[in-house]
Amino acid sequence: MLRFLLRRFFLALGTLLVLSVLVYFMVDLALDPLADLRQSTSPNKADLVARRVALLKLDEPWWVRYFDWLGGFVRGDLGMAWRTQQTVASQLQGAVTTSISLVLSATVLALMLGIMIGIVSALRQYTGFDYSITLVSFVLYSLPVFWVAVLLKQFMAIGMNDFLDNPTLNVPVTTVISAVFGLFWAGALGGSPRRKILVFAAATLITGGTWAFIVFSGWLDAPRLGFFGVGIIGFAFAVIITMAFAGLNNKRALYSALTTAAVGLGVYYGLQWLWFYVPADFWQIVLLLVSAIAVAMLIGWLWGGPDRGVSMRGAVIVALIIAVMTFVDRVLQVYPEYYNSSMIRGRPIATIGAQTPNLNADFWMANLDRFTHLLLPTVALVLISFAGYTRYQRGSMLEVLSQEYIRTARAKGLSERVVIVRHALRNALMPLASIIPVDLVAVIGGAVITETIFGWSGMGKLFIDSMQNSEIDPVMAYVMITGALAMTANLLADLLYAVLDPRIRVNA
Amino acid sequence: MNTNDDRPFEDSIRPDDLPGEGTVPPEDVRKDEAVPGVLPGTLPVEPGEPVLGDESGRGEGVGEAKEVEGLSQGQIVWRRFVRHKGAMAGLGVLLAIALFSFSAMGIGPIRGWWQYSDNALATHPMINNGAPTITLPTWLGGTAATLSFGDHPFGQDNIGTDNFAAVMKGVQTSLLVMLVLGLTALIVGVVVGALSGYYRGKLDTGLMRVTDLVITLPVIVLGAVLGKLLSAAPDKFGWSIETRIAVDAAMPLLLGILLGLVLWPSLARLVRAEFLGLREREFVDSARVAGASDWRIITKHILPNAVGVIIVNTTLLMSSAVVLETALSFLGFGISAPNVSLGNLISINQGAFQTRPWLFWWPGLFIILIALSVNFIGDGLRDAFDPRTKRIPSKREMDKALARIQSESATAEVGAR
Repeated sequence: MLRFLLRRFFLALGTLLVLSVLVYFMVDLALDPLADLRQSTSPNKADLVARRVALLKLDEPWWVRYFDWLGGFVRGDLGMAWRTQQTVASQLQGAVTTSISLVLSATVLALMLGIMIGIVSALRQYTGFDYSITLVSFVLYSLPVFWVAVLLKQFMAIGMNDFLDNPTLNVPVTTVISAVFGLFWAGALGGSPRRKILVFAAATLITGGTWAFIVFSGWLDAPRLGFFGVGIIGFAFAVIITMAFAGLNNKRALYSALTTAAVGLGVYYGLQWLWFYVPADFWQIVLLLVSAIAVAMLIGWLWGGPDRGVSMRGAVIVALIIAVMTFVDRVLQVYPEYYNSSMIRGRPIATIGAQTPNLNADFWMANLDRFTHLLLPTVALVLISFAGYTRYQRGSMLEVLSQEYIRTARAKGLSERVVIVRHALRNALMPLASIIPVDLVAVIGGAVITETIFGWSGMGKLFIDSMQNSEIDPVMAYVMITGALAMTANLLADLLYAVLDPRIRVNA
Repeated sequence: MNTNDDRPFEDSIRPDDLPGEGTVPPEDVRKDEAVPGVLPGTLPVEPGEPVLGDESGRGEGVGEAKEVEGLSQGQIVWRRFVRHKGAMAGLGVLLAIALFSFSAMGIGPIRGWWQYSDNALATHPMINNGAPTITLPTWLGGTAATLSFGDHPFGQDNIGTDNFAAVMKGVQTSLLVMLVLGLTALIVGVVVGALSGYYRGKLDTGLMRVTDLVITLPVIVLGAVLGKLLSAAPDKFGWSIETRIAVDAAMPLLLGILLGLVLWPSLARLVRAEFLGLREREFVDSARVAGASDWRIITKHILPNAVGVIIVNTTLLMSSAVVLETALSFLGFGISAPNVSLGNLISINQGAFQTRPWLFWWPGLFIILIALSVNFIGDGLRDAFDPRTKRIPSKREMDKALARIQSESATAEVGAR
C-alpha cells in the first residue's frame, strides 16, 4: 500500500514537472507582454520597451526564465504579477477557497441530483419518464455554460429580485410548473395508470398549494422553517429513508430514525438559546455536526437488533438532514435584516462577486450572503454537469441490473427494494468513482467561465485576467494548483475504488 | 415487420467508459429477451405444435436474422441509423442549418442570397429600434399572412449592423471549426490509440503518459493558451500584412486544428482499449501467420473493426467542440474580429442584453441547435454500430402481436378439429 502511494506520488510529481515545462513554453510563446507598448506613441517608447525587456528578461531564451520561475516555485515563491506589482501568493489568497467552494458545492449537488434521477430513470426504462429525462439531459448537455451563466445573470437574477420585492402568484406559470412536478412524480413513482393519475393529481395540488401558501402568507418576507417545519421535514425523511434503505418492516431501523428525529427536534430550542448567547463560528458548527452524528450512531446502536449497521446508518442520515435544516432555519432568521440592510437594499440575489463588500455581518448573515452569491453560479455549473451524471448513472445502473446475480436475487424471492438498494445500487455506484475526477477537471474548467461572468475573484478569473494582462506567473500558479488538484482527485478515486471493489488490489 | 424504432436514444454510456478490464458491456434484460413476437414465459407451447419463435424469433433466415439477410455490415449499420428518429431529426436540422447559413452568406468570395454583409462596420438605418423584423404567419401566433423576414430578421445591434448576417456567418465559423477540430482529433487520437494499443510496451506507456498530461488541465485552459497564441502571434513576431490577412482568413481552420490537439486524448484511450482487445483475436493471428505487415494488420484488419467506436466518439467530440469553441470566443481567446463566431457575438453584445435581448437569444439558439443535433446524430450512430441494440416494440405493439398470435392459434385449433 505504502509502496503504491509512494510510486503514485512520485509519478504525479514527475507529471507535474513535465506539465510545467510544456505549459511554460506554450504560455511564454502565447503571451505578448510588449503588446501595449507596441501601440504606444510616447516619445520614450524605446526606453520603455528596453526597461520591460530587462524586467521580464525577455532577451534571454525561454528556458532561462523557466528555470528562474521553477527555482522560485520549489522554494515557495510563486512569483509576481508584474503589471499589478502584486505577489501571486497575495493574489491567490482567498481565490483558492472561493473557487473550491464553488466547484465543490456544484459537484456535490450535481452528483446527488444526477445519481438519484439517473437511478430512477434506469428503473423506469423505456417509459415516458425515461425518455423525457433523456431528452432533458441531452438538451442540458448541449448547453454552453457561458450562455446559461449570462442568461441567469441578465434575466433570471433580475426576475427573482423583482419577484422577491413584490411576490405575486403568476397563475399560468404556477399551473404549468405544478403540472410538470406532477408529471415528474407520476413518472418516477410509476405503477398502474390509476395510481399514476392519483400521484399526478396529488403532486400537482401539493406543489401548487405550497407555492400559493408561500406567496400569500407573506412567508417570503420573513422565510424560516421554524420548529414545525424542521419537525415535519425530519420525521418525513425518517420515514422515507427507512422505507428506502431498511424497509418499514424493520421496526428497529424505523424507531431509531424516528428517535433521532425526535432528539434533533428536542434540541431545536436549546440550539436557538445557545446561538443567542454564544456567537457561532465555523468550528462550533463542525463540533455540533460531529456530535449530532455521534448521538445518531448511539441511538442506532442502542436500538440494536441483528442488523445494527442499517439502523445506525439511517439514524445518521436523518441526523444530518435535521442538522442541515436547523442550520438553514437559523440562517433564514437573519433574512429580513439582510434584505433591509443598506448594502442589499432589497435585491438579495447577487450577480457580482463572491460576497457583498462592507456588509457588516455576523456569522449567520455572512453565510446567507455567501449563499445568495453562490446561488446563480452554482446553478449554472450544476445544470450542465448534472446531465452527464444522470446519463452515466442510468447506464451503469442498467448494466448492473442485467447481471446474473440480480436475477438470482430476484429468483430467491427478495423484495424489489432489497434487490435494488442492497444488491444493485452499491455496484452501480462504483464506476462513478472513476468519472468524478475527470468531471472535477471539467467543472474547474466551467468555473473559469462562471467566475469570469459573475465577477468572482476566484482562480479561474485570475487565470483569465492574467492571460489578458500577459502575466505568466499567476497563470503558472493556476496551472500547477489545478494540475495538483486533478492528480489528487485521481489518486483518491483509485484508492476509493480499491476500497470499494475487492477485485482491485492497489499493490499490483 | 414494422421498422420504426420507438427508442429515440440509447444509454450514453459506452462499455469502454467503465473502468476495469473485462467489464461486462451494458445490456439490459428486456432488450435481449424482447424479441418481437415472442414473449418469454407468456405463451404456453405444447409439444408437437410448431414453435412460435420460428416465425419471428431467433435462428437463421427468420425474424431479425431474415431482416438483415444478405446485407453487409455497413448496410446493416446504415439501415439502423436511418431508422433512428432522433438521429434523423438531428441530421435534418444540422443539414438545414448548414445549407441555410452557407446559402445566405455565401462561401468565401461568392456572395449568398442575403442582401447585407456581416461586416461590423456595415451599418444600416435602424428599423423599429433594432428589434427583429421576422414575423410568424398567423397560424403560428404571428401577425403576417406568411412567414416574412423583413429587413433585419434577427434585429440590429446598437450601431445598426445586421444581426442575421452576423449570426449566419457565426454558424459557418462554428461548423467549420467543429469539422476541422473533429478531423484533427480523429487523426491524432486514432494514430496514438492504434500505436499504443497495437505495440503495447514502452511505446504504450510513453504515449499514455502524454495523454495523461493533456487531460490533467481543463480543455478550456489549454484552449485559452492556444487561442491566445493564435491571436498574439502576428504582433509578437511582426508578421507582414500578407501573412496577417492569410492568418485571419484561415483563423477558424487554425483554431480548429489547435483545439483538436487538445481534445484527442479521450478518443485515443478508447481506440487503444479497442486495439488491445482486437489484437488478441484469431483473425489477427492468421493475418500475421500469412505474412501481413504491421501496417497492413492495423489498417486492414483491426481498424475496420474499431470503426464504430471511432466514428461515434468523434461525433460526440464534435458536439463538445462547438461548445468549447463558442466558450473560448466568448472569453476572447478564440475567434476574434474580423472573423465572426457565435460566442464572439454573445461576448461583444453582453452589455446590451437588457435592452436588446435578441442579440443574446439568436446566437445562443444556434449554438444549442448545432450541439444538440450533433449529439443526437452521435447517439444514433452509437445505436447503429452496437450489435446488441434491438428494436423494442412498444407495449401496444406487443399486446397487438400477442392478441394476433393467440387468435391465429385459436383459429388453427378450430380448423384442426
